[in-house]
Amino acid sequence: MTTTITADTAKTTPAPDKGFIPLPEKTARALATVGGALTVLSAFLAWTWTSAFPGDLTVYGYPGGLQWLALIGGALTTAFGLASYGVKGFRWLAPSGADAAIKLSALAAFAVIWYTVIAIVVKLGAIVDLEPGAGIAALVSLLAVIGAFALPFERPSLEGPDPDDTGWDKFKHEAGNKWTTVKASFASGPATPARVLPSWAEILLIAAVLGLGLTVFTYGITTPYQELFIGFLITTGFGAAALNKAGLMGRVTTLTARHRNVALVGAFAAAAAFPLTQTDDQYANLGVNILIFATVALGLNIVVGLTGLLDLGYVAFLGVGAYTAALVSGSPNSPFGVQLPFWAALLAGAAASMIFGVLIGAPTLRLRGDYLAIVTLGFGEIFRISMNNLDGVSGPDITNGPNGVANIPNINLFGFDFGAAHTIAGFTIGRFANYFLLMLLITLIVVLVFRRSAESRIGRAWVAIREDETAAEAMGINGFRVKLIAFALGATLAGLAGVVQAHVQYTVTPDQYQFANAVPPNSAFLLAAVVLGGMGTIAGPLVGGSLLFLIPNKLQFLGEYQLLVFGFALIILMRLRPEGLIPNRRNQLELHPEAAAPTVLGKAGV
Amino acid sequence: MTTTTTAPSTAETVLDARGVTMRFGGLTAVRNVDLTVRSGEIVGLIGPNGAGKTTFFNCLTGLYIPTEGEVRYKGTVLPPKSYKVTAAGVARTFQNIRLFNNMTVLENVLVGRHTRTKEGLWSALLRLPGFHREEKASREKAMELLEFIGLDSKAEHLARNLPYGDQRKLEIARALASDPGLILLDEPTAGMNPQETRTTEELIFAIRDKGIAVLVIEHDMRFIFNLCDRVACLVQGEKLVEGTASEVQGDERVVAAYLGEPFEGAPGAEEAAAVEAAEAGAAEAVAAQADAAEAEAEAEAEAEAEAEAEAHSTTSTDGEAK
Repeated sequence: MTTTITADTAKTTPAPDKGFIPLPEKTARALATVGGALTVLSAFLAWTWTSAFPGDLTVYGYPGGLQWLALIGGALTTAFGLASYGVKGFRWLAPSGADAAIKLSALAAFAVIWYTVIAIVVKLGAIVDLEPGAGIAALVSLLAVIGAFALPFERPSLEGPDPDDTGWDKFKHEAGNKWTTVKASFASGPATPARVLPSWAEILLIAAVLGLGLTVFTYGITTPYQELFIGFLITTGFGAAALNKAGLMGRVTTLTARHRNVALVGAFAAAAAFPLTQTDDQYANLGVNILIFATVALGLNIVVGLTGLLDLGYVAFLGVGAYTAALVSGSPNSPFGVQLPFWAALLAGAAASMIFGVLIGAPTLRLRGDYLAIVTLGFGEIFRISMNNLDGVSGPDITNGPNGVANIPNINLFGFDFGAAHTIAGFTIGRFANYFLLMLLITLIVVLVFRRSAESRIGRAWVAIREDETAAEAMGINGFRVKLIAFALGATLAGLAGVVQAHVQYTVTPDQYQFANAVPPNSAFLLAAVVLGGMGTIAGPLVGGSLLFLIPNKLQFLGEYQLLVFGFALIILMRLRPEGLIPNRRNQLELHPEAAAPTVLGKAGV
Repeated sequence: MTTTTTAPSTAETVLDARGVTMRFGGLTAVRNVDLTVRSGEIVGLIGPNGAGKTTFFNCLTGLYIPTEGEVRYKGTVLPPKSYKVTAAGVARTFQNIRLFNNMTVLENVLVGRHTRTKEGLWSALLRLPGFHREEKASREKAMELLEFIGLDSKAEHLARNLPYGDQRKLEIARALASDPGLILLDEPTAGMNPQETRTTEELIFAIRDKGIAVLVIEHDMRFIFNLCDRVACLVQGEKLVEGTASEVQGDERVVAAYLGEPFEGAPGAEEAAAVEAAEAGAAEAVAAQADAAEAEAEAEAEAEAEAEAEAHSTTSTDGEAK
């Protein structure tokens, strides 16, 4: 039975614009704004009496730990509330309308406060462990949410159910309608045109945004305990959604698109500043691993995002690079017994990866679609198992089998020892910070390679192949050759990252390069980083990769449920935002055709 | 209109297909077809659905390798790979539009330039001096082509957002971007309204005037007979007849297999008269004919509706519900 409407169930007229909670609009708006302000104040109260809960939430007059996050949520709510009143000085906050942003930021404060309260009760064991401050915070944040959800919104026009439907069909229909309504309540309007700023002011703005980005990222990476990290995820998740709905993200995108090189240089300067903000090397270690993972994801984006080749064994190319570097860099386990200088090892790793890329690509790239995925999956596993077997028992002794190539010496570049801490201009840069900066350079190379190749004849050919291979061939593109170039280029970039990885981790073992594993990097996570972040963009895989590395690292209490949670999170995200966190504008148009379609696109649509 | 410029038979032969046969297992889709296209010529290929027209096209463009026979372009045998065929100078469009939907209009045409540009990966990565020069030249050429088909104002639009008629035009521009000596158009006016068909017709003449030979498959007979210097009719994989428009139109076998006998009596004659009037170029006549046709259609629809209402008055709601 189709769901076409019969004559007697006409479209129900859209309900008059009102919120989910029956309150007059003025009251609702005031409640949300004041609730937000009170949430800010409540962050200054003591929430618990003992410092057994991490973060020291016991002090009146000074927020600590999770209270800062609550404060930020409350402040955002208030600011968007004031913007919705049109208060001078706040209007710029919401070029696309403030109501959806109020809802999301109120949710941010609410979620983080209630999470904290529950976490305190669970951790300390009883409700009496709460101070009245916690109750006040919970109450005012609830009020802000009530106010926010009482704000009227434009109701979508819904279709009534088909009277012939069975109960289940009716239920599905009703649920679908409710979902449409909920989505409509978070809709935001088109952005008002931006005020024209002089170019230096725009560049300053970009710098400010990058500074903010660095602060947020550093905060997330250095969260010392997992409650704070979960709070951080909640706040940044809802907060970023609020900024997006308010239209601020769109503004920033326009700005960075206009000053692309400034944004690129600025972003790398900000990233380079990260190890300088650290006093010990612990988080630089995390940082360099994130960079390696994100860079490899960006390399994969050439293969998957631009050319549309599903590669399920990509981590093997990282492994080829790492093993090559390990074997030629003077490890005692290496049968070759040579110690090439770093630049030579880097070239060797990249070249070996490229050769493997061509060897794998040449026979398989004549296949299309699923076949390629299967073959690459097989290659990834073959690589790992071969490395396992080259141990002198099952084969020649080259890789030392499952024990891996160990004791890889640190890089020494022009007398600069990457293994030692250096003090430059008062900043102490430890071992991992050294590698972080080196890896950042490699990331910059990969970003440039991605950008320049994407915006050229070959990049257009890749996209054409992705869009329609037959038509692309009819346009004179040698599909096999172009795909092979993409495949080999992707492999080479992964190889570069692999060389650094070998040195950072001292040891290269086959188990680091699995198809799926609870810890990144592995092929499944790499692919997820690309899809999650946004296919075909530069920032997408970098952000997606950072998140996918950070989350398993910080939430180790999940233990063996990690992959389960990860799977659920991926499903939810793909349901809500199939185009990825940082979408290519083209994908966004493809997946949300109903969204206002500014048909004119800028360069490469990124 | 300049419909009657027949090409001199001494002109250079651009495309020469000899004895092209294409078998899929036991099915012979194209059997022993010969076809030549000379430079400056527009040749039409007609025939009923399933006659093998598109298969024949695919044989010409290297998408299929013909089981027997050979295809020569300007004297050299075409290689059996579609990108090599394009590089050799034979461009094509597709029956069902196959644009690169998520690329802009300009980028679509730039992809068409692929074979005529050389810059490779290194040039792109290192931004060698030649890169910007070639990129600029490609863009200029692409914009020129967009101007030619009248889409220059939409250069930055996504191809998927173009209206249907513009998508067809863009496909032609993309094919032209490879500087072909011969362009194969597979039903370029399918799904177009009469006005759009008209513009396409003019576009094809303009392409011919650029010195590009055209081979076109089409079902719109008025379009084909207006446009083509020669027409070949393919039926069940075999070439039935080849000749000028009037020869083919008058051929009994073509009439029997494809065109069909005109109805005896008033409507056919009226229509023919209207067509003639329209072709004389009188705009009023066109309008009048359209009106008449509309009125006729309306009357017919009404009559039908009434009849149906009478016949199914009891079940009509059910029918609608479905």
